[in-house]
Amino acid sequence: MKAFLGYIAGLLFGLGLGLGGMTDPARVIGFLDIFGAWDPTLLFVLGGAVITTFIGYRVVLRQAKPLWGDGFRLPTRHDLDGKLVIGAILFGVGWGLSGYCPGPAFASIGKPSYPLVVMLLAMVAGWGVARRSPFTQ
Amino acid sequence: MNWTANIQGLIGGGFIGLSAVFLMATLGRVAGISGILAGLFLDKPSRGELGWRLMFLLGLVSGPVLLMLFGGLGNVADASQDVIGTPPGGVPLMLVAGLLVGVGTGVGSGCTSGHGVCGLARLSRRSLVATLVFLLTAMVVVFLTRHVIGGAA
Repeated sequence: MKAFLGYIAGLLFGLGLGLGGMTDPARVIGFLDIFGAWDPTLLFVLGGAVITTFIGYRVVLRQAKPLWGDGFRLPTRHDLDGKLVIGAILFGVGWGLSGYCPGPAFASIGKPSYPLVVMLLAMVAGWGVARRSPFTQ
Repeated sequence: MNWTANIQGLIGGGFIGLSAVFLMATLGRVAGISGILAGLFLDKPSRGELGWRLMFLLGLVSGPVLLMLFGGLGNVADASQDVIGTPPGGVPLMLVAGLLVGVGTGVGSGCTSGHGVCGLARLSRRSLVATLVFLLTAMVVVFLTRHVIGGAA
């Protein structure tokens, strides 16, 4: 059952990325290129997603627990630290260079190419590095 | 302004929001792609989290493939019938970018979905800071590669 629910969540996410044009790095870079021919599409995608999630979370998080599981697993930290900022900077550089953040990159496997596959492998390797580095422990 | 692209973006965003709400309502998890996939590939498989994460990835991949099968429901910049675009560079650029995205989202505990969608929807201060930092950084990088160095990406 958990697997089926996971599939539905992934499917909705993948449909949303595809419908929204986020599986096209040109759209993403077009949004980031504020001094060029600016493409606001990403702002509409992010806005639609945040508003829907904001409303939905209000309803869902009022419940005692999720339908399938013991409790809601929400991030508990509130402090700002260097790791958060340095990580966001490194991610921003990679995102700006490629036009891919993790979701759209993996959602694009349906049209594979060597550069894309190399990026996905490098991303997983990067997650491994982040976990192993003494900096993150 | 291309309103068709924008409205389709808004609808796509709605689907992403539905996914996040669905995952929270059913499994009680934040829909953070970097967290889900890093866990899928790197966690010890004995923790009972492998199955749903693997199926989430399958769903994520099958969404755009379904749109391709139906035809015409994509939103690629230069060809609105297409669903999936092409990488802007070759293997070396994408290797470097992949490493940066992996290390960055690993160290910064999240990406565009975890911080940008779920975190902002929870009004998390950490996520707001992370989102502003990675957005501004990416904008600076695109400015440099497009308008200063020129033509690289």
